[in-house]
Amino acid sequence: MRFIFKTDYDQDIRIFKHSGYWYSYSILLLVLAMAPFVLGNYLQSQLVFVFIYATVGISLLILVGFTGQASLGHAAFLAIGAYTSAYCQQHGVPFVVYFPLAGILTGMVGVLVGFPALRLQGIYLVIATISFGAIVEEILARWESVTHGNEGMKLRTLELFGQAVPRDSPGFYFLCLAVLILVILATLNLLRSPTGRAFVAIRDSETAAKSMGIDVAAYKVRSFGISATITGLAGCLYAHKLSFISPEMFTLLLSIEFIIVIIIGGIFSLHGAVLGAIFIVMIDPFLTTLKDDLPGMIGNLVHVFGADVPTASKVQDQAASIASAPGLKGAIYGLIIVGFILFEPTGLYGRWLKIKLYFQTFPMYKAATFKRQKTYVKSERNR
Amino acid sequence: MSFLVAENISLQFGGLKAVDQVNFAVERGEIFTIIGPNGAGKTSIFNLISRFYNPTSGRLFFDGEEFTSAPPHRIAKMGIARTFQNIELFDNTTVLSNLLVGRHCHATTNLVQELLFLPAVRRAEFEHRFRVEQVIELLDLEPYRDKLISGLPYGVRKVIELARALCSEPKLMLLDEPSSGLNVEETDDMSFWIRDIRDELGITVLMVEHDMNLVSRVSDRVLALNYGRELATGTPSEVQSHPEVVAAYLGT
Ligand SMILES: Nc1ncnc2c1ncn2[C@@H]1O[C@H](COP(=O)(O)OP(=O)(O)O)[C@@H](O)[C@H]1O
Ligand SMILES: [Mg+2]
Repeated sequence: MRFIFKTDYDQDIRIFKHSGYWYSYSILLLVLAMAPFVLGNYLQSQLVFVFIYATVGISLLILVGFTGQASLGHAAFLAIGAYTSAYCQQHGVPFVVYFPLAGILTGMVGVLVGFPALRLQGIYLVIATISFGAIVEEILARWESVTHGNEGMKLRTLELFGQAVPRDSPGFYFLCLAVLILVILATLNLLRSPTGRAFVAIRDSETAAKSMGIDVAAYKVRSFGISATITGLAGCLYAHKLSFISPEMFTLLLSIEFIIVIIIGGIFSLHGAVLGAIFIVMIDPFLTTLKDDLPGMIGNLVHVFGADVPTASKVQDQAASIASAPGLKGAIYGLIIVGFILFEPTGLYGRWLKIKLYFQTFPMYKAATFKRQKTYVKSERNR
Repeated sequence: MSFLVAENISLQFGGLKAVDQVNFAVERGEIFTIIGPNGAGKTSIFNLISRFYNPTSGRLFFDGEEFTSAPPHRIAKMGIARTFQNIELFDNTTVLSNLLVGRHCHATTNLVQELLFLPAVRRAEFEHRFRVEQVIELLDLEPYRDKLISGLPYGVRKVIELARALCSEPKLMLLDEPSSGLNVEETDDMSFWIRDIRDELGITVLMVEHDMNLVSRVSDRVLALNYGRELATGTPSEVQSHPEVVAAYLGT
């Protein structure tokens, strides 16, 4: 186990608390830097999606994990960023202008959503953000002069300083990686300054936050704004990655995927957003393979266990019809969320911490280390 | 004018008068205690001063300035800090970050500076941390600095709440039942700290307390309430022997 002897306030302020982090993150960065030259096109593409999802995950962590608000409307923020980029590109605006613009514009919408959200809590806030998402979807479909309605919009190859950056080039990969890293660094900075602490304070006790001089309403709005800005930036990259966007890509299901990212990854740490993003990006091809191969496997299995060929093929057909049933993906997502909330509420990152502690303290690990010891009643009234 | 003045304040919840035409004035440097049976309206008075509730009528003054309609987040900046009867800490963070939140009313940096963590932010963080460390030392909280609140015992939480309030460097401290739930030793410590806060830091204290032993040991003056109405004000012994107060506590 590592014991850190502190002699300086800076040791608690630093992003990397001790030298061990420097090594592990340098190695990670090195691996990521080499990846596009080693990996095939498909895996590189998957990694780009991981970066984009992780960026959105971070934005959600700020709003949900740290400020304690709720949102099932982040697909709409992503859409606003994506459409802003597509529209600007079609009108000859360069990337260096429309990329920040996508963030700023989405951030302003986020602030506008934040104001009505001040009066809402819990499930009501969830419903409000769902409605916001639905409204944006509707606007995208109807406002044809700008969005081309259901026909969608095509994006040309991204151009950065006169250089074409195709969506499956290493250049695009590094752009997305850089955006993710910068977003993570900015968020870490925020969390170690008064604003970040105010967010956490609001999450844990609005009453106490108010009494410590935190303008709860202003900070909630700020949190919505920051979160939306980051998602808007991610939206720009997302649009370029897909090269085609249309309203039906930014539905509630996408917002749910984003929520899954942070629930599965872990809601108390930025690591969670990245782990969750890896999970969600990898599960999709996994589910597709499963959908294609599982019925055949089941059929074979039934056959092996003694059923005759017609019965086996009947079972196989049935399995196939279940596997291709509409809404199955949503159901599986639902199961995953429920499973994690019940059995692993701190997410993958929480699990990782437990495993790490187990090895650090090896023979002495106590099974109850992470059990909540005792909780005290908090009343709704300001007693 | 006195330091904190409540002028005819009333607070009504539906038909219930939680606070009914109460007047009191706390002098600078005083330890002023509000006593009264459960439901007398003591916490409600604190919530009025914290501006969580709007008084139905009456006015409030602090340091010569009226704040009857100030927004709640202005109160800390004016120099009024408080603790809560049922501990309101930020449970999922460390003691240190709880105390740093206490410094929020002294935050000077803006969002852009913070996102980039410019040198100004780092300097401000050092300053906040220095002040926090002074409070940690005063209240003997060194062993808990990096602990999560959710794992700490009740008595320690009570002290941390006091510490968090002190970190805002208040001029007036509102303590809502500082000794409730504490054992004899912890109550003793608390009474010393309350005196220290006043004597060494020069902070005026307004508190709500049930433990009459503690009340008579530390308070200069006492206000007794019942059903939201003022029964008596005076020195601890005067109030304790006041016939109406005795009646209110023993039942008539
Ligand atoms: N938010 C509220 N809504 C309705 N009634 C309240 C509220 N807060 C306090 N009360 C009532 O006001 C009265 C005074 O409460 P309180 O000030 O908490 O008493 P205490 O003197 O024990 O601190 C009680 O009868 C309580 O039930
Ligand atoms: Mg009370």
